Amino acid sequence: MASAFAILIGLQLVGEVLRQTLHLPLPGPLIGMALLTIVLVARGSAGAAGEHAVPSPLRQAANGLIANMGLLFVPAGVGIIAELGVLRREWVPILAGLLISTLLGLAVTGLVMHHVSRVVGAGHRRAPEVPAE
Amino acid sequence: MDHVLQAVWQPLGLTPLPWLTVTIAAYVLGQMVQRFCKNAPFANPVLIAILVVSGLLEATGTPYARYFAGAQFIQFLLGPATVALAVPLALNLKHVQRSFPGVGLALLSGSLTSALSGVAVVAWLGGGRAAAFSMAPKAVTTPIALSLSQEIGGVPALTAALAIAGGIIAAIVGRTMLRWLRVDDWRAHGLAAGVAGSGIAASQVAPLNGLAAAFAALGIGLNGLLTAAIVPLLAMLWPQ
Repeated sequence: MASAFAILIGLQLVGEVLRQTLHLPLPGPLIGMALLTIVLVARGSAGAAGEHAVPSPLRQAANGLIANMGLLFVPAGVGIIAELGVLRREWVPILAGLLISTLLGLAVTGLVMHHVSRVVGAGHRRAPEVPAE
Repeated sequence: MDHVLQAVWQPLGLTPLPWLTVTIAAYVLGQMVQRFCKNAPFANPVLIAILVVSGLLEATGTPYARYFAGAQFIQFLLGPATVALAVPLALNLKHVQRSFPGVGLALLSGSLTSALSGVAVVAWLGGGRAAAFSMAPKAVTTPIALSLSQEIGGVPALTAALAIAGGIIAAIVGRTMLRWLRVDDWRAHGLAAGVAGSGIAASQVAPLNGLAAAFAALGIGLNGLLTAAIVPLLAMLWPQ
């Protein structure tokens, strides 16, 4: 567990340092995510097959964080309620724009991904009707 | 009675623990409500927790800054959690490589649709340029959205609010709407959540399926890059 957190936080730090020194347009954690993906994939092709490419403490820590990722957005979300004042002006166009652009973005991304993947003929992975918890 | 409460509350209020506990408890309550409502989309634990905590802040007259002094420890974990998305991404690399044409096209069309329709609807309904360009970058991960908003003449605080509200909307309606559109593919569900709703929507699909988590991570990362290229061009078409 400690080793996994050292990896995750260490790579976030490396990402942050790279962002500042190279003036990259991406936030530090996303650069860290890209770096960890590269490392894990390199381990995978260096012989650690399949699941073993990811050390099991890291897999457990990652699963735990991802399973509860919603919680991590609560403090920032409370902040927007505290600052609803910015929404008061022009709230009709803002609310309509937010709803419509979010729904369209979801629908277009999902539909294009689904149909292009089917045409290209990649393995079809079904999403079950009821979310499995 | 009030004096007793004040005496107990005030020293405690100085430490981060009370609001930290309240935030986690509110989220657990949200999960219980979600389970009780048989995973009904509107029973979103993030939304429930935000409403409960906001209500408590209002009722106790606590300023947000004091709340955040405790809650920042939760927000801090967003960094390592984002890095952790590399794990499902690496485990599902074969699927990601195989669906590259789909990912590229879906990303390009979804990202453009989201940014353009946001600006167009705000302008069409009479909103100003600042409101329109606070909307344009709202689908990407918050740190990118904030710096883009500033660059193109939006209001960063408004963009932050829209990014979170949009993420919650995408988390609530995403799976239902995509199933209604007969999209029954975890890759498409994950990518759409990452592109249209960033981290919050991803946090809803990622725990359900590893493949969805991988494509959500991909969507967040690539959409950040693409939007950072598109939105400044869009801003040039509508000069200040």
